[in-house]
Amino acid sequence: MTPLADLPVWAALLTGFFLLLGSVLTLLGSIGLLRFRSFYERIHAPTLGTTWGTGGVLIASIIFHSVLQSKPVLHEILIALFVTVTTPVSLMLLARAALYRDRSEGNDGVPPFETVAEPRDEQRRSSNT
Amino acid sequence: MSALLPYPLLTASLLVMWILLNGLSVGQVVLGGIVALAASLAMAALQPAKPRIRSWDMIPQLLLIVLVDILRSNIAVAGIILQGRRLTRTSGFVMIPLELRDRTGLAVLACIITSTPGTAWVEYHAGSGRLRIHVLDLIDQQAWIDLIKQRYERRLMEIFE
Amino acid sequence: MSGIIIVWSVTIAQLVLVAAMACALLRLVRGPRAQDRILSFDALYVGAMLLLLTFGMRAGSTVYFEAAVVVALLGFVSTVALAKFLMRGEVME
Repeated sequence: MTPLADLPVWAALLTGFFLLLGSVLTLLGSIGLLRFRSFYERIHAPTLGTTWGTGGVLIASIIFHSVLQSKPVLHEILIALFVTVTTPVSLMLLARAALYRDRSEGNDGVPPFETVAEPRDEQRRSSNT
Repeated sequence: MSALLPYPLLTASLLVMWILLNGLSVGQVVLGGIVALAASLAMAALQPAKPRIRSWDMIPQLLLIVLVDILRSNIAVAGIILQGRRLTRTSGFVMIPLELRDRTGLAVLACIITSTPGTAWVEYHAGSGRLRIHVLDLIDQQAWIDLIKQRYERRLMEIFE
Repeated sequence: MSGIIIVWSVTIAQLVLVAAMACALLRLVRGPRAQDRILSFDALYVGAMLLLLTFGMRAGSTVYFEAAVVVALLGFVSTVALAKFLMRGEVME
């Protein structure tokens, strides 16, 4: 813990602020995940953690390591880019999978499949089964 | 130029990523350059559709708008979560007719809509160009359609089409 | 002074992140359906990744960064594979 004492106070305060902001937003997202009642509401909750939750912790980490090593340490940006690109992909896939499962079981509260549009490969297969 | 560097943007960003991961030195720049060049040549063998960017100066504006919007909706959704069950809230699906057809533009729009808390991209019909999103706090359907079309789609069409 | 600020804020952030992971874990156990479990698994690995970053700040080293990258990569790939599995019942085409 000796190198921490070299850190200027403004950097420590800034790091602490962003760190707490990020972690609290992640916690709120998880609480939302626990509290919301339907799956389609729950899918909104983790995006709190993956946008400004991750962003806050990463900004804190960048400030902390950059000031500590007195050179810019920017490789946290890679995580930020990666999370920004991958979260929509996994959430979209999950939403489509949930919709597909709900439709094939005939559950309520799900919009019907459109026959106007050209059906895609997965949906054509789902209408057969 | 085009034979050796089929995807200059991809090559440059791979090189930057390599330097960020391994530190800045002459050896790493050379090694990263070789890796980036090889990767972009491998990418050329896959022959993906090349995205064409029409207006570069729109990109920072869109990026700023999206960042601010994500922050705003973070606060809004955090408020909804903290209010809990005391307030009755309606969530539902909204159908949006899109005019954007460019694949890269649609991918960016999907990233924007999904990473904004409160809206989630559910499905898109390529034939009719209609998009269905799920909105957590749905009060006015038309307002959401206008928001997506005016705020994001118009700018994305300017960038990509 | 700054040492105290950092240690305290990192400790609080770690406790908050552990609480977030516990919430996600509770949803993972509760279900009720497979898509809920995958969604909470997704939230779980994001929490684990952020926790690793805070460990890195506490130790004052960037070694934990690599571990965080690996967790993020594995989490994304497994979430996509599981979601794909839900849609068709098979992972590969």
